[in-house]
Amino acid sequence: MSAPLNRMTSIRDKLGSAPGGPERFLWGATASVCLGHLLNGTSLGGRAAELAGRSVLIATRDQLAAALALVGLDGIARRLIVCTPDLAAEHLPAIAAKAGVDAIVSDHHTEFGIKNSEFRIQTPLTPFQITNSKFQIPTEWVLLTSGTTGAPKMVVHSFASLTAPISNGLAQGADVVWGTFYDIRRYGGLQVFFRAVLGRGSFVLAGAGEPIGDHLVRLGAHGATHVSGTPSHWRRALMSPDARAIAPRYIRLSGEIADQGILNALRSFYPQARVGHAFASTEAGVGLEVDDGLEGFPASMVGAPGDVQLKVDDGSLRIRSARNAVRYLGEQRSTLTDDEGFVDTGDMVERRGDRYYFLGRRNGIINVGGLKVYPEEVEAAINRHPAVRMSMVRSTRSPITGSLVAADIVLKGEPDPSGAGGRIVDFRREILQICHDRLAPHKVPATIRFVPALEMAAAGKLARHA
Amino acid sequence: MSVKATVISEIQQIADDDKKSLPPLTDDLVLLDSGLDSLAIAILVARLEETLGFDPFTESDDVAYPVTLGDFIRFYERAAESHDVDSRQAG
Repeated sequence: MSAPLNRMTSIRDKLGSAPGGPERFLWGATASVCLGHLLNGTSLGGRAAELAGRSVLIATRDQLAAALALVGLDGIARRLIVCTPDLAAEHLPAIAAKAGVDAIVSDHHTEFGIKNSEFRIQTPLTPFQITNSKFQIPTEWVLLTSGTTGAPKMVVHSFASLTAPISNGLAQGADVVWGTFYDIRRYGGLQVFFRAVLGRGSFVLAGAGEPIGDHLVRLGAHGATHVSGTPSHWRRALMSPDARAIAPRYIRLSGEIADQGILNALRSFYPQARVGHAFASTEAGVGLEVDDGLEGFPASMVGAPGDVQLKVDDGSLRIRSARNAVRYLGEQRSTLTDDEGFVDTGDMVERRGDRYYFLGRRNGIINVGGLKVYPEEVEAAINRHPAVRMSMVRSTRSPITGSLVAADIVLKGEPDPSGAGGRIVDFRREILQICHDRLAPHKVPATIRFVPALEMAAAGKLARHA
Repeated sequence: MSVKATVISEIQQIADDDKKSLPPLTDDLVLLDSGLDSLAIAILVARLEETLGFDPFTESDDVAYPVTLGDFIRFYERAAESHDVDSRQAG
């Protein structure tokens, strides 16, 4: 009998005890790897053993390469730092210093400046045997999530915390083929990666920059049965002529508020599928899963005993479970949880009747298609324009990406902005140009309003609303 | 300006902002193949709400997502008709 998942230390342990290895695959856009072969082989080449006990940065362009590195290094490296695909290179030195990085795994020819410690992912695999206990250590996983200043926050997880949400979901059939529109280097996608690799099925991974239609066709060709993504991913899928290429049995939404519109659209487009939505965050883990086809979640979940405990304080959802992250890297656990061990998700909820509904984020954080935007960062870009006195960036609802960035701007010396006449058009264009030059596309304001004044709260801060 | 002309003009404005060139904007053009990604389509819907005063995606919980530019324009034209009817009834 195999040991319970939560007592295992690594992905490799579980792969070794799962049946069907030879028939299970990781399918990338340009290559594929048999999961069974990863038991006695590695994508890290002949020097894989040198990575034992090290703090390894995984900075690949391709998702399959990242997946191979994760399987190859879990249980071997002391720490894995999983870079998101859009991570700006300027943040790498600080991340590497904070995490004590002493090796880098990549799939491209960038010089990271760590001598003799740069490893390249390669297929076909090199034979590799676990020969002694130094290859069986509990690896610390570090995930990156966006932070207020633009520098990512580094969130520490363990194999146990990452796999806690799925320990009872492994009794799935051998014919399960997972697919996701997420990237596996973010929490939501990593959950799918674990479900696929630790279960009995296979996994279809998106290629870097792969068009949605091509991805859907590949998902269909491999017979994807379980497909996950954000509501925005799914809206995009439904706008593709290839949406009919897939016929999943299970559809999962997370990473953004799932509204009734997208739940209904999926149910009518894929009538054979069970449609569920989940709430999860990098810090709190998977907090709740809802399968009744309705937006929001039953109020009875709050305060109920169980593996995951929910409470609502000051309007925000708080979660305590073994799925919570361990801590922020370099900080005490107390900065992650309250005195009772709950993680404050910062997601505001409101009770109406016997259900809770998500309202959005506290502190004005904007979720554009699953990507967080801190308003302060956008305001700082707008305020560089010499004619701008002050600005406030807020969320506006979008039926396509959930939310969009909207900016209210007060100009200098123009009490009535309509009086600025033709210059307004120039200002708008120039401000957008500054934002385009300095910010990722999803952070650039979709709409700009020039207003005479902005509402201020106590202490002279801008009044931000959820 | 007709609904169709408004939609086309906003699409061209967004492409100009992104310094992207567009393929010919025919009715059978697949929106996701137009060079506009889903972020750009979201911006398009937001700008059209400012210009036209309505957002047909949020008017019902039962929406079929438009695949082609023709679908998209018809979606807005139908909504515009019902808005005219509503305002006449209200008046």
